[in-house]
Amino acid sequence: MFISSQSSAPSFRDFTLVMPAVAVGNVGQLAVDLIVSTLNMSRVGHIHTDCLIPMAGNDPYASSKEDGEELHTPAEVYAAAELKLAVLQIRAPILQSKTKRFRQLLVSWIKSSGFSRTVVLSSSHAYQRDDQQLQGTPLRYLVTPSLLKGSADALKEMGWREMERVPAFPGLTDGNTEPRLCIPGGGITKGLYTDSCKEDLPLAVLLVFCSEGDNIPDAFALANHLNDWLHLLDDNVSDTTAQH
Amino acid sequence: MATFFGEVLSVYSRAVEEDDDELDENEEDEQIRRELEEKREVHLHWSPEVSESLKSGNKLQCSNFVLAVGQNASSFLSVHILSTANWDTIGRASAWNERSRAVTGQSCEESACVFYRHKDNPTVLICQVSCYVAEDQLFQWTEKVFDCLQHRELNVTVLSDTSVADYKTADYLGGSSAPFLRSLHTSAFGDQPVCQSLEQPNIVTGLPAAVLNHCQVHRISAVVYQCYSDVIGPDSVTMETYKPVLTKLGRSIQSNTMRVISRYVIW
Repeated sequence: MFISSQSSAPSFRDFTLVMPAVAVGNVGQLAVDLIVSTLNMSRVGHIHTDCLIPMAGNDPYASSKEDGEELHTPAEVYAAAELKLAVLQIRAPILQSKTKRFRQLLVSWIKSSGFSRTVVLSSSHAYQRDDQQLQGTPLRYLVTPSLLKGSADALKEMGWREMERVPAFPGLTDGNTEPRLCIPGGGITKGLYTDSCKEDLPLAVLLVFCSEGDNIPDAFALANHLNDWLHLLDDNVSDTTAQH
Repeated sequence: MATFFGEVLSVYSRAVEEDDDELDENEEDEQIRRELEEKREVHLHWSPEVSESLKSGNKLQCSNFVLAVGQNASSFLSVHILSTANWDTIGRASAWNERSRAVTGQSCEESACVFYRHKDNPTVLICQVSCYVAEDQLFQWTEKVFDCLQHRELNVTVLSDTSVADYKTADYLGGSSAPFLRSLHTSAFGDQPVCQSLEQPNIVTGLPAAVLNHCQVHRISAVVYQCYSDVIGPDSVTMETYKPVLTKLGRSIQSNTMRVISRYVIW
C-alpha cells in the first residue's frame, strides 16, 4: 500500500497518474524514468507490497555525487503538483503468484487516491504482430469506456491507432471465435486494462511493439507519444544517444 | 522468432515471463495452491520467555539489530562477536522452499536462521541467516521479524555476501580488488558508513534489500554492508573484509564486553 515519505500524505485528487507495466524491453519503465528525470519530479512516497521482488539501490536520478546516496525501493510515487501529475515507477518484477493481487492493489489505490485518469505505459513483443500490425506505426493505445467519454476527440485528432483485437486461433476459420485482446509480453497490461473496464476506471494504455535489446529509442518514442497527448513538456525530448 | 538457419526459436524477455491467460482454477488446483502457499510460510520460533512476552503484547526491546546474510557474514559474526559466549539463543526462523534439503531427523532449517540476544545488554540482537530465503518469502520474513521488534531508536546493520560477478562497473576490476565492501543505507541512517557507497547501476537484492525497503518506508536507521567476493564458499579473506564494521558494532557490544573484563581485572 502507499506510504508517504513526507510528513503528511499528499493529495492526488484530480491528478493524472502515469505508470509503467513491467513488460518486454522494460520500455514503460524506461519511459517513466525519462519523465521523472526530465520533469525533475520529487518522490512523495512508496508502494510497499509483498507482490514485488525486493531490491534497493542508490538514487538513479542523482545529478551529482552528493545527491547520490538516497535509497530507492521497488515501487515509488513521484509528483509534480504544478502539472497535476503523479508518476509511479516500478523497478522490480512482480512475483508470478501475485500478479492478480498486485492489479487489485493498484486498482484500489487508484480509486482511493481519486486520480482523474491513469495512463499505463507498456510494450508488446514485436515478433508476434500479425500482418496488419506489421505496417505503419508501432505505437498503439487502448482506452477504457470511462476515459473514452472525455478523451474521444483528442484521440481522434491525434490519429492514434487502437490496439487491434486478434483472432484467438489464427488460421482457423471457425466463426465462433471472437477476436480478442492480446498483449504478448505486456505483463499485467491486459489484466489491468480489463480490471479497469470492469471497475469503470478512466484508464488508458500506451504501448509500443518492440524486442529485447537497446530499448532506449523505444522509451523516447513512447514518452514523446505520451507528451503529444498530455503536453507535459513544450518540446518533445530528443534521443541524443541515437546514431543516425 | 526465426533465425538465419530457418529454425524457429522462442524468444524470451528479460522483463516478463510467458503470459499465462488466467484460466479459472478448479477447486483442486486452488487447494493445491493454498497448501503450497501454507507450506512456504515463514515461521518464527521464539524461546518460551520471548514468546510469552510477545503474546502479552510487548515487543522485543531492541536498540541494535545485526543481521548476517550468507556464510562468510555469519562466520564473521561467529568469530568476532558470538564467540565471547555472552549470547543467548532466543529463537529461529524457518522458511521452506525449493532449495530446502529434506534431512531426516533434525531439519536443516534448525541451524540456518538463528536469533541471539546479548546477555548483558538485551537490546542488542543478532541474526545469522545461512539458508536460502525465496523471493516470495523475503517480504514475509522481514515483516514478521520486524513486527517483533520495537522500532523506536532502532539501528539495523546488515552484512551480506555476494559474488563479485554481480558487480557492474565501467572500469576493469583487477584480480586483486575482490573482496571489497560497499554500503547502502536508509534516509534515517545518521552515521557514516565504514566504506564507499554502492555505485550505480548496482543494486542490492534478497534479504538485505527486503530489510532496507522495510526500514526505508518505516524510517528506521539501517545500513547494508555488501561484500563482493570472488570466492563462492566460506573464505577467511572474505570474512575479514567485514572487519571495519566492528568499529561501528563495537560501541554497543564491546563496551559491555570491556565492562565485564574490567570487572575481572579489578578482582
